[in-house]
Amino acid sequence: MKRPVLVTATTVLGLFLVLYAKPHQEPDRPAPAAAPSSRPSADGSADTSTGASPDAVSGRFTGDVVETRRGPVQVRITLAKSRLTEVDVLEGVHDEGPSAGAVPQLTQRALDAQSADIDAVSGATYTSQGYISSLQSALDRADV
Amino acid sequence: MSERHRLCHTEEVMGTVFSFDIRDPATSAIESALGDAVCWLHRVDAIFSTYRPGSQISRLARGELTVAECDAEVAEVLRLCRGAGHRSGGAFTASPGGRLDPSGMVKGWATERASRMLYAAGSRHHLVNGGGDIQARGGSAPGRPWRCGIADPWRGGEVAAVVSGRDLAVATSGTAERGHHILDPATGAPPTALVSITLVGRHLTEVDALATAAFVKGERARDWVASLPGVEAFALTADGRTWWTPGFAALGGTVNDRAGAAR
Repeated sequence: MKRPVLVTATTVLGLFLVLYAKPHQEPDRPAPAAAPSSRPSADGSADTSTGASPDAVSGRFTGDVVETRRGPVQVRITLAKSRLTEVDVLEGVHDEGPSAGAVPQLTQRALDAQSADIDAVSGATYTSQGYISSLQSALDRADV
Repeated sequence: MSERHRLCHTEEVMGTVFSFDIRDPATSAIESALGDAVCWLHRVDAIFSTYRPGSQISRLARGELTVAECDAEVAEVLRLCRGAGHRSGGAFTASPGGRLDPSGMVKGWATERASRMLYAAGSRHHLVNGGGDIQARGGSAPGRPWRCGIADPWRGGEVAAVVSGRDLAVATSGTAERGHHILDPATGAPPTALVSITLVGRHLTEVDALATAAFVKGERARDWVASLPGVEAFALTADGRTWWTPGFAALGGTVNDRAGAAR
């Protein structure tokens, strides 16, 4: 019983981990708009109230199929106004789950992580790193 | 909220994923160093992969090459392995299971080296995550430390503890961490006392190798790590407990009071 619990945990963690990479809806690449806003502005805090996101992104984005030692994994994310609202596992690793029950939990963890104030997580598995990579590519595609 | 520029990159290499999170204003020198670091990681993989029969490390293990005939990195890593072996009383070895395999050193060393390449190009604030082993430089934003979670293997997606600070190295060894088992050189069997142990310090090369040794040592790691200057540990045990060394909190460690499986 212990092992399935462990592997489900680490799979969920994989998605958790990804979110640290871009949790603040900042553009990945320095956007032209970032240049003026990165300087201390003369008019004080006027633009800080609007947040850093120049354009809110909505839609579904499918990540790459990522090969892991235990097989391919792939996720699809749903964004509403640049907020992650859903994570679907399109392809998972059978001996590690995610089981039907784990997917809602996984989504919830990912949503929780979005607001967690953590930059990185230590202690990932290779397979969860596969999920990370797929989710990262979906986020790249969404350009959030 | 920071308005600093940010450059992120993920790269699949060494059988895992490396991620780079650079918080400095982007310069062409930093972008170039990022590209160089990624290329170098692939080169390290080609040299040290025990999964590739033609890698230098595989050929060295079969006696087809001498250390002197290998790239300079091989001698460097083997020297570091010997140092970690001495420090750990033999719990770390470049030959777990009797065959040359310095993988327990390579990832942490390569991650720290990648960070150094960024630093040399002018990046003072970045984090390199080599498959869950972290080398962070500077802070995450002006005046803000990096915050690194430690995975709780018992409770999916949650962190068992958080380590916060500048210039941090964080490495976790455990049963869930690797595709291959960590073996106790003394017994040849996988250690079973701990589910995972995380070591925190300044330099990932040191911290990662010591984490592997600490996992092998099991409960004995508690006193051992406490005796090491500048390094602290947080462990989750096989029976669901957590423990940490006396300096863990002073190093920015905060423990989730729900961590572990048992109360």
